[in-house]
Amino acid sequence: MADGASDATRDDLLRVENLTMRFGGLVAVDKLSFTARRGDITAIIGPNGAGKTTFFNCITGFYKPTEGRVALAHGSQAAFEALPAATFGGKQWSKAEGAGAVFLLERMPGFEIARLARVARTFQNIRLFAGMTLLENLLVAQHTVLNAASGYTIGGLLGLASFKRAEAEAIDKAAYWLREIGLIDRADDPAGDLPYGAQRRLEIARAMCTDPVLLCLDEPAAGLNPRESAELNALLLKIREEHALSILLIEHDMGVVMQISDRIAVLDYGQKIAGGTPEEIRADPRVIAAYLGVPDDEVEDVEAEVGL
Amino acid sequence: MDYFAQQLINGLTLGSIYGLIAIGYTMVYGIVGMINFAHGEVFMIGAFIALIAILSLFALGITAVPLALLLALVIAMALTGLWGWAIERLAYRPLRNSFRLAPLITAIGMSIALQTFVALTQGARSKPLPPVIRGGFTLSEGDSGFAVSLSYMQIIIIVTTVAVMAAFSYLINSTSLGRAQRACEQDRKMAALCGVNVDRTISLTFVIGAALASVAGLMFLAYYGVIDFFVGFVAGIKAFTAAVLGGIGSLPGAMLGGLLIGLIEVFWAGYFTAQYKDVAAFSILAIVLIFMPSGLLGRPEVEKV
Amino acid sequence: MTDTLQPETSPVTRTLPRAAITADVIKDAGITFLIALLLFGSIVGLRTETVNGVLVLMPQFGKALALAAAVAVGRLLLDVFIWRRMKDGRTFTSLIPSALPILKGAGALAVVFGLALYSIPGFRASLVAGAGTVHGALGAVADLLTFACESTFLVMAAMAIVRAARLIIGQTPEEAVGQGMLRRFTADFGREFPIALLLIALVLPALTAGPSQRYAIDTATQILIYVMLGWGLNIVVGLAGLLDLGYVAFYAVGAYTYALISTQFGWSFWVCLPLAGFFAALWGITLGFPVLRLRGDYLAIVTMAFGEIIRIVLLNWQSLTGGPNGINRIPKLTFFGLPFDRTGEGTFASVFGLKFDPLHRMVFLYYVILALALLTNFITLRLRRLPIGRAWEALREDEIACRSVGINTVTTKLTAFAIGAMFGGFAGSFFAARQGFISPESFTFMESALVLAIVVLGGLGSQLGVVIAAVILIGSAERFRDLEDYRMLIFGLSMVLVMIWRPRGLMSGRTPSAFLKARKNISGSFVKEGRG
Repeated sequence: MADGASDATRDDLLRVENLTMRFGGLVAVDKLSFTARRGDITAIIGPNGAGKTTFFNCITGFYKPTEGRVALAHGSQAAFEALPAATFGGKQWSKAEGAGAVFLLERMPGFEIARLARVARTFQNIRLFAGMTLLENLLVAQHTVLNAASGYTIGGLLGLASFKRAEAEAIDKAAYWLREIGLIDRADDPAGDLPYGAQRRLEIARAMCTDPVLLCLDEPAAGLNPRESAELNALLLKIREEHALSILLIEHDMGVVMQISDRIAVLDYGQKIAGGTPEEIRADPRVIAAYLGVPDDEVEDVEAEVGL
Repeated sequence: MDYFAQQLINGLTLGSIYGLIAIGYTMVYGIVGMINFAHGEVFMIGAFIALIAILSLFALGITAVPLALLLALVIAMALTGLWGWAIERLAYRPLRNSFRLAPLITAIGMSIALQTFVALTQGARSKPLPPVIRGGFTLSEGDSGFAVSLSYMQIIIIVTTVAVMAAFSYLINSTSLGRAQRACEQDRKMAALCGVNVDRTISLTFVIGAALASVAGLMFLAYYGVIDFFVGFVAGIKAFTAAVLGGIGSLPGAMLGGLLIGLIEVFWAGYFTAQYKDVAAFSILAIVLIFMPSGLLGRPEVEKV
Repeated sequence: MTDTLQPETSPVTRTLPRAAITADVIKDAGITFLIALLLFGSIVGLRTETVNGVLVLMPQFGKALALAAAVAVGRLLLDVFIWRRMKDGRTFTSLIPSALPILKGAGALAVVFGLALYSIPGFRASLVAGAGTVHGALGAVADLLTFACESTFLVMAAMAIVRAARLIIGQTPEEAVGQGMLRRFTADFGREFPIALLLIALVLPALTAGPSQRYAIDTATQILIYVMLGWGLNIVVGLAGLLDLGYVAFYAVGAYTYALISTQFGWSFWVCLPLAGFFAALWGITLGFPVLRLRGDYLAIVTMAFGEIIRIVLLNWQSLTGGPNGINRIPKLTFFGLPFDRTGEGTFASVFGLKFDPLHRMVFLYYVILALALLTNFITLRLRRLPIGRAWEALREDEIACRSVGINTVTTKLTAFAIGAMFGGFAGSFFAARQGFISPESFTFMESALVLAIVVLGGLGSQLGVVIAAVILIGSAERFRDLEDYRMLIFGLSMVLVMIWRPRGLMSGRTPSAFLKARKNISGSFVKEGRG
């Protein structure tokens, strides 16, 4: 899927520099630097325990990284020019919205990252609002917009027409996403009642309802059968095309990774050991070594070979 | 300084009693994850059984105080243990894997019912028991005329608490019951798959908790010399506070929390105002929890994202 | 061959296993008896009595024996008739094959009784007089049966009126075709029942007369206070999933706000009411703020601690609150400035040219609390459908997912605390205005537990459930007043039994706040209870 022609036009969206996350003595992410480009589907792969989910949690504000900077630019990468001033000015962002805003994600609380920096995510062990209907799940995701439209509750309580309009729009948008993921017929059923694969799709739809610029998917294909995986691929490619979206993806299913990602970063022991297009990664001996492991007596040979 | 030492002794005595009750809360919480609100009432029942046992033993002619106390202790532990078992069997087991708030409500219901039951059958008036053990040591004759005293009763309470705690730690750490208990605490389903009789283990947890509460009940009775049907409510809340302060689920935490609450109360009452001693205890609990959300010795809860 | 074949629904599944007393049933009952004897023997067997300042033991082994025997027989009966027959996965109700006739019979009885009550003059009076002569348990049971029959009749009558009204305006209830009288009558129950309840509530003061009228209105007012408290707490516990064991603190803040302001500055109830709500909400935020990080049972204990702290402060801050003596002579509610006084100029009675009757004030109080409760309900229902309400419920379902969609969980929790507290404050200031006297005694932990019990018994998050639970708990507690001593025992035990019977409360499940095609109720098994 890597499209060489458009490579040049794709600029940086997310710059992660020197990211370190320690839990007591354990270094889960170790001086990781990483860049994701706007419009790309960037996959992050690596063996279990490589620090992928921790990396995600640092980006989406669920963990505060011990060290390092995570910067996200809206508009174009020109926005990164405001980064030094924001960094040393102790700010969380250069401006709160509009093109040219740059956000220092490591400084922001999780909900602000979703709300202002517009980074949405899904979870490895699905986290839906199980007792609420599919429609409600997608309406909750539009909380920021709806809450403002309801005049922070006061106007909504009084039944303002503008709020009713906003709500109707929100329902339309939810219905659109329910159609996209093929679950429109189950709009009024509780989310907890859905089969596993459908729950994964709903979680993606819920993330999309927050209007993200960057969508972080934590193992979206886990537990899906091959047909569902193929549908997921199609869905991700489609929403990327239609919604000016960039996607960050943690995945073990190499079928999904190789088919849809533009770029792949490989993590092992909290460090990035390789990065590049799917073809490059497939051929990279370090990746093969990290994934398959090598017998102890061959470690040095392999290390010499890969230049460590 | 003398005054301080005296308060320290009093605080440790009270704290021992709280600690013993707190263990019941913390054990039950650890294993079934519920607040056993009726545990204060179990303590109260333990105190009543101990009172009745002591009076009966005296009436039967067993007037040797140490023997009577020891026998009363055994009787109270056995019968209160049975009460603990019955309460679990009746009010909690049917709700074992249900909604979390349901057993909380049955526990509150049980608490109300037991209180009224005792008030009905034993009368609502308070029951004074003349001191069974008098005397003690005078540690220092202060110049200011203030004497630090350590009564025999206080020694008995602290020594008993230490002994019971030692036996109890041995039980939890070194016996197969303790292992089963810790296994159920970690993962009840897996423990069952590994052949642990979960029902029996949980029942025994309630029995042990109740037995410890009855020890506290007996000591409370002997120390203060008066009980009534309402005594379980206040002591229960304090002990629960102690369990949470120490970190609910942690056994050393419960004991530590109990001692701390006892000390805070006694010192506050001694140096400031007695009326606000409970406010002090509760405020310190709130402050500790705000900075250490899982208590002093509790395992911090890591939310896996 | 064919004639020997069983039909699809074979009688095997239809008939019940025979009730039989077998050896192990006897053995089980015997063991029960022994255990119960030990339990009761230890507490009931010897009664401690103070005689001449000395504690002595009075044997009452007979009582212990009787109690143990009662427990054993009870278990034997349950064992034989219920448990042994439930083993093959039957539900409790399927064990009573004749449930429907019994229900129909009870309904008919209620109708006859109710008609007699409302149409035969003097029937109610003689009933009350008759009940007055029967004391103790029998009287209470008769009283409770009367209460149940009358309520059933009222509900049925109101539902008939609602149905009639709907048919007249051309609405046809869903699923109302065929299927027999009862089925047709209860079709669309979910929609008609609340309206019927509202109808009853609106005309309640007119429904009774004579000496029982005051009692009925007083009880109804009492119930409505708890309904309002239950609705307030429902926001915190039922919607936002935050376990609050110190709710009574806000009730106290509301009550003392009114009591203090009205006695000190002489401001009227209607000015103090919003102030009481405001102060209670402020306290809700103040107390909510430090506990934001706490979860589950830690939150529960800290809220409980706050409740106790407030009570102890009220008890000891003598100069402000009067300490244990409380605050006396709180100005009573006036009819928009017209006092309900026996004498004097410009009283309610004199202005409207009525003969003075203390009932006027009671009826007015009843309507005030009804209006307040309805307002609470209206606002809560509205909030549920606003983003804030959905955020509360989302918080209950999954706090982490909430953060991932940009919801500020801090403000969301605080608004839940504040709004819940505000309704508690309203109820508190009404309570103070009604009693005319308040003391810390009315704001104990038991009160918090009671309100929580109403919310949980009713079914978390269910507005209707709160009403039903409050009517049952407070109504029956009031009815059992004759049995002062046994009242709380029965109360506690029934809390245990009802919870075991319906762990998710009487009205489990939730109604979605928005729908695309059809509003379908969500089964309680999907709904989370929150961990905060």
